[in-house]
Amino acid sequence: MVFKKNIGDLTVIRNLRLNQRHFLLELQSEKPFPVMLPGQFVQAFVKDAPVTFLRRPFSIHAVNFTQNILKLLIQIKGEGTRHLSTLREGEKLNLIFPLGNSFTIPHTKEVLLIGGGCGVAPLLFLAQFLNQQQIKPSILLGFRTKDDIFEIEEYSRYGKVFISTDDGSEGEKGLVVDHSLFQKERLPFKKIYCCGPEAMMKFVDRIAKFHHIDCEVSLENTMACGFGVCLCCIAPTDKGNERVCTEGPVFNTKRLAGW
Amino acid sequence: MAELAINIAGLNFRNPVTTASGTFGYGEEFLDFLDPDQLGGIFVKAVTGKNRDGNAYPRMAETTGGMLNSVGLQNKGIDHFCREIYPKIRNFNTNIMVNVSGSTIEEYMTVAERINELDDIPAIELNISCPNVKLGGMAFGTVPAMAREVTAAVRKVYHKVMMVKLSPNVTNITEIARAVTDGGADVITLINTLLGMAIDAETQRPVLSTITGGLSGPAIKPVALRMVWQVHKAVPVPVIGLGGIMNATDAIEFILAGASAVQVGTANFIDPQASIKIIRGIEEYLTRHNISSIRELIGALRTDV
Repeated sequence: MVFKKNIGDLTVIRNLRLNQRHFLLELQSEKPFPVMLPGQFVQAFVKDAPVTFLRRPFSIHAVNFTQNILKLLIQIKGEGTRHLSTLREGEKLNLIFPLGNSFTIPHTKEVLLIGGGCGVAPLLFLAQFLNQQQIKPSILLGFRTKDDIFEIEEYSRYGKVFISTDDGSEGEKGLVVDHSLFQKERLPFKKIYCCGPEAMMKFVDRIAKFHHIDCEVSLENTMACGFGVCLCCIAPTDKGNERVCTEGPVFNTKRLAGW
Repeated sequence: MAELAINIAGLNFRNPVTTASGTFGYGEEFLDFLDPDQLGGIFVKAVTGKNRDGNAYPRMAETTGGMLNSVGLQNKGIDHFCREIYPKIRNFNTNIMVNVSGSTIEEYMTVAERINELDDIPAIELNISCPNVKLGGMAFGTVPAMAREVTAAVRKVYHKVMMVKLSPNVTNITEIARAVTDGGADVITLINTLLGMAIDAETQRPVLSTITGGLSGPAIKPVALRMVWQVHKAVPVPVIGLGGIMNATDAIEFILAGASAVQVGTANFIDPQASIKIIRGIEEYLTRHNISSIRELIGALRTDV
């Protein structure tokens, strides 16, 4: 599917600090949104940040198509994201969107979404989308600690939420792959969608492959352009090096070389 | 309205703003953002003899005022270009120029010969300056005798406008410029990226898989301006300038230094409409300075006291 790419200013209508490292930007467009699907991302221009040169890619966290509101869930990692965390209501943010491919529509209702840390971001939009297809997914979210947890009630609107934390301060203790959901001979899922740190996604994929469950992951990658021309953000696949920004960011793990 | 049109080595450009190879894909990727027919020209992504997968990830590092890349000429080769890409872009109503790369003189010749047969490609840009490949590339562009040899070899098989893209990673750029002019270059384009590196102090490792890469963006503009100025004075062939052009003022500076046209490169990544904005900005500049044609500005740098 080919998506028409837009470039333009959106207005910040809310900048909500979720915890020490994460914030939520709500952006409103004057123009109606184009078609956008879960898994796709935006490239945000960081204005007046002296050491930030390139745009910053963020997956689309949620979309309200009737009010033209788009949400980004952002982890503060460096100067660019720190600068964006200071955006105030009424300020503009220039975006190129929507970019990349999307998660595919599952041929089953037995669906599990797995997110780790900031990787939970695209899964809210995905859960919302799956609900529209009459699918209530199971949603397993992993965090470092209780204080890192955010927006659980949002995810709960679309499916049954399971939590794991590294220190056991909320939900089950351990990594998402240690969760009791997986301590069964046969897992009640036919499709897994996963986004998070690469090591976590590889662990999840091993479980998926062991149980013959189809698995899609959203890869994170440093990008220059985000729309397919710089060839910087590549991932090795069964077709050679492919662009994470264009052929991805969502890949079926069957296609990823070395997984 | 000021005149933006210009003729370079017999080729007409509706304005002096083109897009740099490796930053504009094959043009199609920008159709949602701009009308390519408004551009002076497009230098499309490097084409080599055979499919190349490029270098391993990571291939990019953001730096102050720019970025390093080590893509390594990833492309699907000349057959794929002729069969799949050319039919899609040949009808753009602008000059489509192909960046020709290779590891050996024979590879450059093979690619150039094939492109010579394509009616709607009026020029090639011989890339003797890519810093990210082990064989060829920049090796041809840093030794004058080799630069002359590869240029002369391609000249024998390529009969349209031949541009040669120079590497800034040399002590004396005018020596290389003279060598490719002797070899038969019609136009010189410069500069390709500056060899650089980035280190992650926390992991104590290089950021790029290749350790070194090519630096582009506004950080390299002063070097590029100096080299355009030196080459413009040293050789009779026209120069197309690039290196960190982000806006119309940058473009005007290159033209004053002696460039007949400019290429917009890394700016396309940040603002895909940058090239079109630069055209409008040049127009405004000429009007504001009461200059009737862009031609009056080429090399018009005032160095008198």
